[in-house]
Amino acid sequence: MVRAKREPRSGGKLHGFAGGRSARYSAFELVRHGMRHGEWPRVWRECDLRSTYDVVVVGAGIHGLATAYYLATNHGMSRVAVLDRGYVGGGNSGRNTAIVRSNYLTPEGVRFYDRSVELYEHLSADLNFNIMFSQRGHLTLAHSDASLRTMAWRAEVNKLEGIDSSVIGPEEIKRLVPYLDVSDGTRYPVLGALYHPPGGTVRHDAVNWGYARGADARGVEIHQRTEVLGIDVEGGKVTGVRTDRGRISAPVVVNCTAGHATLVSDMVGVRMPVITHPLQAAVTEPVKVFLDAVVVSGTLHVYVSQTDRGELVFGASTDPFASYSMRGSLEFTEELAGHVLELMPALSRMRLLRQWAGLCDMTPDFSPIMGVTPVEGFLVDVGWGTYGYKAGPVAGETMAELIATGRTPELISPFGLDRFGEGRLVGEKGAASVGH
Amino acid sequence: MIRIPCPFCGPRNASEFAYKGESKSRPPVGSVTPEAWRSYLYDHDNPEGWVREGWYHRAGCRRYLRVERHTLTNEVRSVTPAARP
Repeated sequence: MVRAKREPRSGGKLHGFAGGRSARYSAFELVRHGMRHGEWPRVWRECDLRSTYDVVVVGAGIHGLATAYYLATNHGMSRVAVLDRGYVGGGNSGRNTAIVRSNYLTPEGVRFYDRSVELYEHLSADLNFNIMFSQRGHLTLAHSDASLRTMAWRAEVNKLEGIDSSVIGPEEIKRLVPYLDVSDGTRYPVLGALYHPPGGTVRHDAVNWGYARGADARGVEIHQRTEVLGIDVEGGKVTGVRTDRGRISAPVVVNCTAGHATLVSDMVGVRMPVITHPLQAAVTEPVKVFLDAVVVSGTLHVYVSQTDRGELVFGASTDPFASYSMRGSLEFTEELAGHVLELMPALSRMRLLRQWAGLCDMTPDFSPIMGVTPVEGFLVDVGWGTYGYKAGPVAGETMAELIATGRTPELISPFGLDRFGEGRLVGEKGAASVGH
Repeated sequence: MIRIPCPFCGPRNASEFAYKGESKSRPPVGSVTPEAWRSYLYDHDNPEGWVREGWYHRAGCRRYLRVERHTLTNEVRSVTPAARP
């Protein structure tokens, strides 16, 4: 039912932007440009909005861009427009803490997120863009018998699916993270951890830009500052979208927004089991590299990693009320600082550089909503809660397959919107980094 | 964060309250279909704009309140006592 004409990209269809195409990046190119002090060419075009496309993707974050990229690369569909009311990666794709892992709780979740880790592993080469994927290891600390049991459960599910994941004790944790306080004199002593060596971090901007550049090079049009005002439906079928730059007809519209899943789906009258909560994060001044692994504590509602620049990135649980506001709060900073110091007392003199908030579309079972909806041609890739960034590549790959073939790939068949009405929830809350 | 003017305690920080969320009426338990019940449980309006929602003053008067709040600005327009969330 979800079908669109396949049309191989023809090179002469560029319009709007007169600049040259961006070159393939290599050490040689870097030296050549360095010697010439020339400007690098623009990485993606700015195009005039056409009146018709095969596919319109709403949201130019990692999910939208990856969907467009895989439509063009894997399925030869390039009459695709990616629309965003802001700019590429300016929403939650630039606000997350860039942690990648696959140590989930349900077999469905583990398989799905593991495909994403696999894609991330060779994404730099695929995109010819260094995404700085650093598989430095991921530790989820357990501070109680109950959470230690959940860790053991997760480790066993992970092992069954072939994921490198195991429960380790305080001595080994101390060896991996020397600055962590694993003594038993703390309020919540560290009893053990779920250790996931392939987990790590990426540079999220690089992933966004890499997908945007790759999609653009294959003929996809990225339209920034183009707000979708409405979606036209006739006889239960999508016919196009209305934007602040004019109307576009398209048989397929994909909702790839995060933080606005409900608002975009409302345009076609599809109700969403979603509540939007802000999630705040913060970053410190840069210091010499001392923290290798990503450290997560559910009990203390905090996760910590160090970037290649040396800043410590802190994330937390979602704010405890529904909101579309992205303002930070003092309560968050105070609570975060207290919890970080319980884990790593040596950080007491560190200064926070900035804090920000993103929006998380929380679903009842903490699993995403992907695939078809009751409106023909209107697809969703939403409801990512706090798991969206790590899933970007696999979500793009599977959504592209669904659009091109009209069949829901097995990997995402558990995540359909219809599961809520049928009571087939995929409970993934136990794999949340922190309590929400 | 948000400051909520509690009719019993005066203006207090939202961290004193428990958020109860969207106020909606429960379908009759005796006659509801499983699908309708699940829609009641899972589907939400989640609008960007003014909402009427329940808050519980956990660390204060321990009364349930009906709060009118704008979800984009977090501005609170009115707070009245409520029987239950």
